[in-house]
Amino acid sequence: MSWIALRMLTGDRSKYYGIVFGITFASLLIAQQGAIFCGLMLRTSSQIADIQGADIWVMDPGVQFVDDIKPMSENELYRVRGVEGVGWAVRFYKGLARSRFSDGKFQQFILLGLDDATLVGAPREMVQGSLDDLRQPDAVIMDEGGYKYLWPNEPFELGRTFEMNDRRAVLVGLCKASPTFQTFPIVYARYSQATMFVPRERKLMSFILADPAPGWTSQQVCEQIQQQTGLLAKTREEFIWTTIMYYMIRTGIPINFGITISLGFVVGTAIAGQTFYLFVIENLRQFGALKAMGVTNIRIVGMILLQAFVVGLLGYGLGVGAATLFGELSKENMTLAYYMPWQVLALTGGAVFFIGILASLLSVRRVLVLEPGIVFR
Amino acid sequence: MSALASSAAPTSAAFDGTHAVCVRELSKVFGDGDGRVTALQDVTVDIAAGEMTLLVGPSGCGKTTLISIIAGLLEPTSGTVEVLGQDLGRLSNGKLVRFRGEKIGFVFQQYNLLPALTAAENAAVPLVIAGWSRQRAVARATEVLDSVGLGSRARSLPSQLSGGQQQRVAIARALVHEPRLLVCDEPTAALDAHSGHAVMELLRAVAIQPDRAVIVVTHDSRVFEFGDRIISMSDGAIERIETPAASMSGRESGT
Repeated sequence: MSWIALRMLTGDRSKYYGIVFGITFASLLIAQQGAIFCGLMLRTSSQIADIQGADIWVMDPGVQFVDDIKPMSENELYRVRGVEGVGWAVRFYKGLARSRFSDGKFQQFILLGLDDATLVGAPREMVQGSLDDLRQPDAVIMDEGGYKYLWPNEPFELGRTFEMNDRRAVLVGLCKASPTFQTFPIVYARYSQATMFVPRERKLMSFILADPAPGWTSQQVCEQIQQQTGLLAKTREEFIWTTIMYYMIRTGIPINFGITISLGFVVGTAIAGQTFYLFVIENLRQFGALKAMGVTNIRIVGMILLQAFVVGLLGYGLGVGAATLFGELSKENMTLAYYMPWQVLALTGGAVFFIGILASLLSVRRVLVLEPGIVFR
Repeated sequence: MSALASSAAPTSAAFDGTHAVCVRELSKVFGDGDGRVTALQDVTVDIAAGEMTLLVGPSGCGKTTLISIIAGLLEPTSGTVEVLGQDLGRLSNGKLVRFRGEKIGFVFQQYNLLPALTAAENAAVPLVIAGWSRQRAVARATEVLDSVGLGSRARSLPSQLSGGQQQRVAIARALVHEPRLLVCDEPTAALDAHSGHAVMELLRAVAIQPDRAVIVVTHDSRVFEFGDRIISMSDGAIERIETPAASMSGRESGT
């Protein structure tokens, strides 16, 4: 009976396309908005994820997320280094710096200050120049996206200068960096250099980056640091999630995206559900004839579920495919946050499954209560 | 072979097996209270195998209700129906559905062909329901279509066929699984006189077999001549049973 169900479905082209369109629309909207939401959330923590090599972040106990800087005194670094289980620990500066260019324009940067000796937290991939050049006086490295933002359509050119806190900064390299939530250009400098690019304060150290000693896990060392210093210590993964959860809970982003996703779901359900329902209603006589000819209710339900499954699968594939294509085409656009993890695909699949079930249940009910005698009326 | 009928309840005659359909004291009431409608009242009738029995009467006289109950599509309020020796009232719903699928063929007034299937595929549907593979069912259906003169249109969609041709496909579909009872509801109502005549000729030619009963509901007096027996109904009861010749002469004499 499966082939009969499928031929019935595809035979009415306009309704068939209408149902597939409805589900495609819902899938596209849910997957695309979900991916943009995930992309945005990822950006909130991209600076944590970008820093490799140190698995432990130590910070003031009042810090709630990565951009919530509460500077610590230098003494804290030595206290952390003295905690049992800490392999090594280095200072890390993170803050906003205002720069001034020769043409009089101002621009805010995300300024990252790396430990002078080890350069822990340095960018992983250089586009131009060398990481070692950061050791030169006044040297800074800028992320590729920031350079393109500041000097659009201009070739990469090292040696450009600008001022931060009345100090000269020289661009010695360009690197790759994940886009950030704030979208400001990212500038890397040595810690000692970075602290001169911002107004002097009594405490300047934003974070301490550390790694466990051999035989210790990051989790154990975090607990040790918290117990012995009273500072807040998190593994890299934990800090990423702390930051993401802060934005999820304390900002309106999830609600706004949730509304769009819900609208996509509702509109998709309405279009697909209504069209599928109409499709079944218009075929009631045919279903009645099949029942009269000896098709059981279970087989009829099976036929309707198969039809719903096929349009659901098609709509899901087309919708997710279109969302993926959108993501691929907009990959070069740094301002668009787009990240599609498997969870978004699963969520979209679940929503489509629900739409299919809902549409089927409404239709199935009509067919089940249908008297086969309708064929004689 | 004969048809025996009584509007009043006769004795509870035992089903003797010589008739394909035995109906006893059958009543059907729709609704209740002020909306109560008695569609059939104490109908008793036997329908013989090997014959074409016409069920005639004005609209609303209960013809459709009677064949719906005989075909197992509707439950009676009271009375019994035995089809091919099987008391339908004693069958569970599942068994009744299976019985209908195996033993009864249907020809509907509006054809009820599936618009997306070809003529051969439409005719193959009862075999597919019975579990035949698609290929085998369509091959068999094509042979049956040949017998109704539509072999060359086996691959046509219903929308590409005339009304008469669609009804031929419906007849092929009704006969493809070789049912023992064929129920036809107004098979000529949607056709012009010529096509209607052709369909009835075809029914007589291919449907009537010694072990098969054919019941045709119609109010088209032009096709009365094709029946072996005519059961006239009025107000939910059987008025009379006669042969076509008697019916014709009765109408000619005004009785």
